[in-house]
Amino acid sequence: MPEHTFRVNGEQVTVDVAGDVRLLWVLRDILGITGPKYGCGINVCKACTSHINGRAVNPCAIPVKDLQPTDEVTTIEGLPATVGEDLHPMQQAWLDHDVAQCGYCQPGQIMAAVALVRRVAVEGREITDVDLDGLRNICRCGTYFRIREAVKAGAEHM
Amino acid sequence: MTGSNGDGLDEAIGRRRFLGYVLAAPTLVAAAELVPPAPAADAQLPSPELTELLDLNDVMTAAALPTSGLISVEVNPDGTVSFALPRVEVGQGITTSTAMLIAEELAVPLERVRVTLADARPELVFNQLTGGSNTTIATYTPIRVAAAIARLRLLAAAAAELGSAVTDLTMKAGMIIDRSGGGIDIGALAEKAASTETRRVSVELAPRGNFTVIGKAHNRIDALDAVTGRKKFTMDLDIPDAKPTMVCRPPTINGTVGSVANLAEVRSMPGVTDVVVISTGVVVRAGTFGQCVDAIRALKVAWRPGTAEGKSDESVLRELEAAELPLGLRPPAPVVEGKFTFYFRSNSALEPNCAVADVGADRAEIWSALKSPIVAQRAIAAKLGLPPGRVIVHVTEGGGSFGRKLFFDAALEAAEVSQKIGKPVKLMWHRADDSRQGRTHPMATSRVRAAYVGGTVLSYKQRHTSVSTDLGHGLGEIITAMAARLPVGDIGFSQTFFHLSQAMSYRFGASSQLLSETDRGFNTGSMRNVYSPDVTCARELIVDQLAARMGKDPYRFRHDFLRDDRSRAVLAKAAEAGDWGRPMPVGTAQGIAFHAEYKAVSAALVEIDCRPETVNRPIRDGVTGPRVTKAVFAVDVGLAVNPRGLEAQMMGCIMDGIALALTSSLHLDDGYFLEASWDNYFYTRQWNTPPELQIIIMPSTSEEPGGAGELGVAASMAAVACAYGRATGTMPTSFPINHGTLSFVPKPTVPPVPQSPVDGLNDAR
Ligand code: FES
Ligand code: FES
Repeated sequence: MPEHTFRVNGEQVTVDVAGDVRLLWVLRDILGITGPKYGCGINVCKACTSHINGRAVNPCAIPVKDLQPTDEVTTIEGLPATVGEDLHPMQQAWLDHDVAQCGYCQPGQIMAAVALVRRVAVEGREITDVDLDGLRNICRCGTYFRIREAVKAGAEHM
Repeated sequence: MTGSNGDGLDEAIGRRRFLGYVLAAPTLVAAAELVPPAPAADAQLPSPELTELLDLNDVMTAAALPTSGLISVEVNPDGTVSFALPRVEVGQGITTSTAMLIAEELAVPLERVRVTLADARPELVFNQLTGGSNTTIATYTPIRVAAAIARLRLLAAAAAELGSAVTDLTMKAGMIIDRSGGGIDIGALAEKAASTETRRVSVELAPRGNFTVIGKAHNRIDALDAVTGRKKFTMDLDIPDAKPTMVCRPPTINGTVGSVANLAEVRSMPGVTDVVVISTGVVVRAGTFGQCVDAIRALKVAWRPGTAEGKSDESVLRELEAAELPLGLRPPAPVVEGKFTFYFRSNSALEPNCAVADVGADRAEIWSALKSPIVAQRAIAAKLGLPPGRVIVHVTEGGGSFGRKLFFDAALEAAEVSQKIGKPVKLMWHRADDSRQGRTHPMATSRVRAAYVGGTVLSYKQRHTSVSTDLGHGLGEIITAMAARLPVGDIGFSQTFFHLSQAMSYRFGASSQLLSETDRGFNTGSMRNVYSPDVTCARELIVDQLAARMGKDPYRFRHDFLRDDRSRAVLAKAAEAGDWGRPMPVGTAQGIAFHAEYKAVSAALVEIDCRPETVNRPIRDGVTGPRVTKAVFAVDVGLAVNPRGLEAQMMGCIMDGIALALTSSLHLDDGYFLEASWDNYFYTRQWNTPPELQIIIMPSTSEEPGGAGELGVAASMAAVACAYGRATGTMPTSFPINHGTLSFVPKPTVPPVPQSPVDGLNDAR
């Protein structure tokens, strides 16, 4: 079977699996990294949102063969290390606002929020209601309002 | 500090003394019966309102009396306190509120309380069911009693240890401190306070005025795990050799397998270990879920018809019409009438149905988020041909429920597969399965007729007709068992449930609300707040009509007709905080609604924007429509154990109410639901969320907590519907209001699951 090499949360990994297996299953079923959640498998619910080279992606829609050895995959588990702290400021904001209910969507929500704040910062502006309306992650527990508050608070400390 | 209400209660029963136990154990274990005896309801009360006599929660609480087991609080030598909660946490925050009850009685920091979920405990019989928003109502006193007994034992042990009188000791932050300031940690007393024999103990509970933890806002105890990805859901468990498993399901609801043309070929696909036929479809077990999807898509199956063959929204509407109960003779007075239609809705959580099963020749072990684990254990044992005692059922934390996890469809399947192939399985429903074959809120109609004369409402009749709600998960058994003890005559348990959950909150003269059900061919369940969102929505729309006929303001009308002060207070609060009656631009409006249930009262005020530029705002693959721009919600649950948790539940309920009124439904066509994923089923998204939201928790009005997990859906849905009617000038009669427009291209039913895209890297943002 073909081997695929890339980086996950700061470490080089090599997996032996068919190249069309999507990254979500490589992370969850082979590497045992279970922070990214399955909610649809077709890139619409955003529960699996993680980062590749700092940008938000949905691993359920990425064949593992598309990854290069230098590509850095960051899941919720590796997010704090990107700032060298125990918790990323966005995770802290999530705690401060007591956002999570069942928690199933929240790893994806936080990863999407971090990418949004970075994107907006590159554009040199503040987060707007339109930006928040554009977050596509589903929360079936309906935590949307606290998410909005937490994203704004987290952005201030990023 | 204590309200007169609380003081009066104390006096009336002397002291609030309760009995519990110290159990024989190496460390301190204190226990209480899960449901202590309550004063028996007087069945002779000549009340026209059954819900006043007894509501669903009284039934659920009282049902446990003859057989309840013990729940126990354990103090550990490391200073932590453990408790195994016989309920399931699915997001509603009950592990946090439970930890708060224990922290209150033992004066330990919340972080030192470890709440886990108990395995199925058959001896609890009826009392291990998470439903009807009953957890806090049923466990509030027993948990406090057990913790208070532990407190007594710790104080006695500390007195001996410190050589000081118990009355000179205080408990603080997990320490017991004497007058000199010397202290000892409760961990150091865990063994000394233990008992070598089981003994019955009586204990006094602190009145509400002395609370330092209960009633204060606390963040969730599982929040850190949730935001770091450490929280373990069923599919995150590492059970040896439990490989990914999925089921290839029929193209129509509950279809069955006729034959499979290419079993051998699919068995040899990459990663696939097993392909077998079970009662619900063709199962694939593989190295990854992605390989399960590939194999399912490759299977060539001939299917037999299901239980809703050829049915559509229109044909079910005709069935409902045929099952309608008469409204009776039209009274000789002016009437307001309406008929409302509520389409099928999905109660899929974000975590799909799933379970891990490891079945051997003479034993089975199951892991799943189960709200009725005892019923699940019994059903699984029967399916496997094992004695229930040989089936261990572990209750895991769930990724949402909304009624879905009252059932154990995935656990039953996982057990069947594991037995058949002799290997452990990690079985998950694909989202398309969860959406198309999963449980639904049944389609229903509600007919209402209210007669009035001058400023008086003479009568109110509501006839709710629904596709059958499946209550066969234990709640039904509870109600059946209790039905004989209720003054409702010989009616089925869904009718009983309906009666118990529908209070008539307004002084509307002679009122009657009846349910009739039809068609058991659908997979249904008690979706969050069950009948109430639809029933309340219909009622509140008619209330607005009545107000208009009498020339009264909708808020004033409600305030005038509500039955009691507590109801009026919550309504007035919402109206005041939401600035009811403020001038609004054309095409926008406010709506207000009231709902009482679970020993609680609630009121919602929303503002909606129905102007074309808002309705037609563009969102890719999403439904926009009218936007709720502001929501204000006032709630009185009696005693709120954790106001922050209660607020979170109301927030979720508001999002559900918005979805039910405006965007989310299933379309039934030719025996199957068109919706197959979240890009088809339009649950509230960020672009539908009210940018302004205020939730007001009313000051405690009781010594006892009411239920909260579902309470807010009904008033929210109704307020949105009323606001929509006022903004557009036309009372809506069909829900959700956009059901008539199909906003997506339906996905194929064969193969039953869509392939994952491959272009995800292009979307990197
Ligand atoms: S599972 Fe990846 S977007 Fe839904
Ligand atoms: S917290 Fe449950 S799905 Fe978002």
